[in-house]
Amino acid sequence: MSTSQAPLIPAPGDARKRPLVVMRSVSKMFSSGTLALSDMSLTVEGGEFVSLLGPSGCGKSTALRIIAGLGDVSTGTIDWPSSRINSKGLPEGDISFVFQEPTLMPWQTVFGNVYLPLKLRGVSKSAAREEIMKTLATVGLQDFADAYPRELSGGMKMRVSIARALVTKPKLLLMDEPFAALDEITRQKLNDDVLRLWRETGITVIFVTHSVFESAYLSNRIVVMKARPGRVHADFPLKTSMSRDAHYRTSEDYRQACEKVSNMLLEAIGGEEH
Amino acid sequence: MTDNAPAVVPPKSGFLGRNRETLLRTLIPICVVICLVFLWQFIITVNSIPQYILPGPLAVANSLYNDWGTLSPALWVTTQITMQALALALIGGVGIAIFLVQSKWIETAFYPITVILQVTPIVAIAPLILIYAPTTQVALLICAFLVAFFPILSNMVQGLKSVDHNLLNLYDLYGASRWQTLLYLKLPSSLPYFMTGLRIGGGLALIAAVVAEFAAGSAGAGSGLAFRLLESQYRLNIPRLFAALVLLSLLGVVIFAITSFISWFFLHRWHESSLKREN
Ligand SMILES: Nc1ncnc2c1ncn2[C@@H]1O[C@H](COP(=O)(O)OP(=O)(O)OP(=O)(O)O)[C@@H](O)[C@H]1O
Ligand SMILES: [Mg+2]
Repeated sequence: MSTSQAPLIPAPGDARKRPLVVMRSVSKMFSSGTLALSDMSLTVEGGEFVSLLGPSGCGKSTALRIIAGLGDVSTGTIDWPSSRINSKGLPEGDISFVFQEPTLMPWQTVFGNVYLPLKLRGVSKSAAREEIMKTLATVGLQDFADAYPRELSGGMKMRVSIARALVTKPKLLLMDEPFAALDEITRQKLNDDVLRLWRETGITVIFVTHSVFESAYLSNRIVVMKARPGRVHADFPLKTSMSRDAHYRTSEDYRQACEKVSNMLLEAIGGEEH
Repeated sequence: MTDNAPAVVPPKSGFLGRNRETLLRTLIPICVVICLVFLWQFIITVNSIPQYILPGPLAVANSLYNDWGTLSPALWVTTQITMQALALALIGGVGIAIFLVQSKWIETAFYPITVILQVTPIVAIAPLILIYAPTTQVALLICAFLVAFFPILSNMVQGLKSVDHNLLNLYDLYGASRWQTLLYLKLPSSLPYFMTGLRIGGGLALIAAVVAEFAAGSAGAGSGLAFRLLESQYRLNIPRLFAALVLLSLLGVVIFAITSFISWFFLHRWHESSLKREN
């Protein structure tokens, strides 16, 4: 992907610094009896890039699904103060989700997969075409619009998945370990792409990851969760005046950020063992 | 030898394939069949086996030609029953599968009934159906339908239930209606299961049409190929019996070829089962 793309949409100034999601004392008990989340509170404001870390099974995916309005909470409340709420009490059209797997429909072409969110809203194919091609261009796949998912590499499938998430111009992008299955180089490239999109569009991102380095590189806020039951262990901003590029990766700022995240994560895991 | 590097051409692929390997794959079995037919005729001629014990391929071909007047209407009847039964089974199977997966309760309430019907040997209820149905034709149709219906139903139920959960989440996230989810997600993603049901159902519909006609016995006067088979047996017209058999097996092959082609046609662009592994 080239980095010289024009911004998708100008950053909407008023969307920043306004809560997008407010979770208040949310608990989630599955019918199997697993208490996946207990008394978890989290407020995410417009324009933030939040990384969600924690030991495996601590409820990160569950929290993300609840934030997306998929699956209800057992106790507590979840609100989307700056979204239009539909008849089912869910935010309408403001949230996109990128799953750990690309989750593409194999019977649809790349174009068809990216068209899906617009098709479900009743946008005609011809009306959507320009937007889809533009979004595909931002992830560098404009030449693969007619390819089927099986003809793509893992990284390309992931980029289709990201394009599908971006085509609706969401306010909030939820990503659940999106690049976990990819090699380091592809992963870094996609990280840069996500960062660029975040900067250019003013989108808010909640990014679940297992990688301390990834979270330290990407985010301006870190939320570390603790397991059994899942809850917030630490929640702190990552401040740096540096732009996040290749230089940042070798800077002292980055090293300190990594160390801080790493310590918090160890604390969260260590607390679980005693 | 030239030192030019050969141009890289993408390997061709299609339903029949255009490369040497697939050509051989079709030619070899055909040769084997032809050889076997010759061997059969040879054994008959050398041992001078009488026609009423085992007719040779020539005698069968002869009968096929001479009795075409009686065999062809029978072939047509059997073909019609099979195809109609299959069509009804497709509509019914898919329709009821969609109904069953609408809610857990509907499935809990009705699925056991469909299983009971499925495990009941259909030949056992054929006499009953013969009593209730207005004509033998209709009775045969019902039998063939019942047999072809269940594999399509159970495959379809399976398919509709094995939709990727994250894709379902995605449809929910974008506020898809029930109807949209069914049309754009559940039906396409159960297409491979449907095709399996179609191929099994096609074969079973023919078998059931024949078995039901056997069960009908002389009641099915003047109808399908199975009746002609029985009739030839009574009259010890063994070459004609064989001719009817050949027609039945040809019909089976044609149904298999058609259902396989349909399956290939709809799946080859995306589904693993229709793809040659290419690494
Ligand atoms: N559908 C479900 N039914 C029952 N229990 C579930 C379900 N989904 C998750 N859980 C349980 O809830 C807990 C949290 O799961 P979750 O998937 O949110 O963890 P996670 O933090 O995303 O883990 P990982 O980092 O391994 O992806 C786990 O103990 C898991 O067993
Ligand atoms: Mg997870």
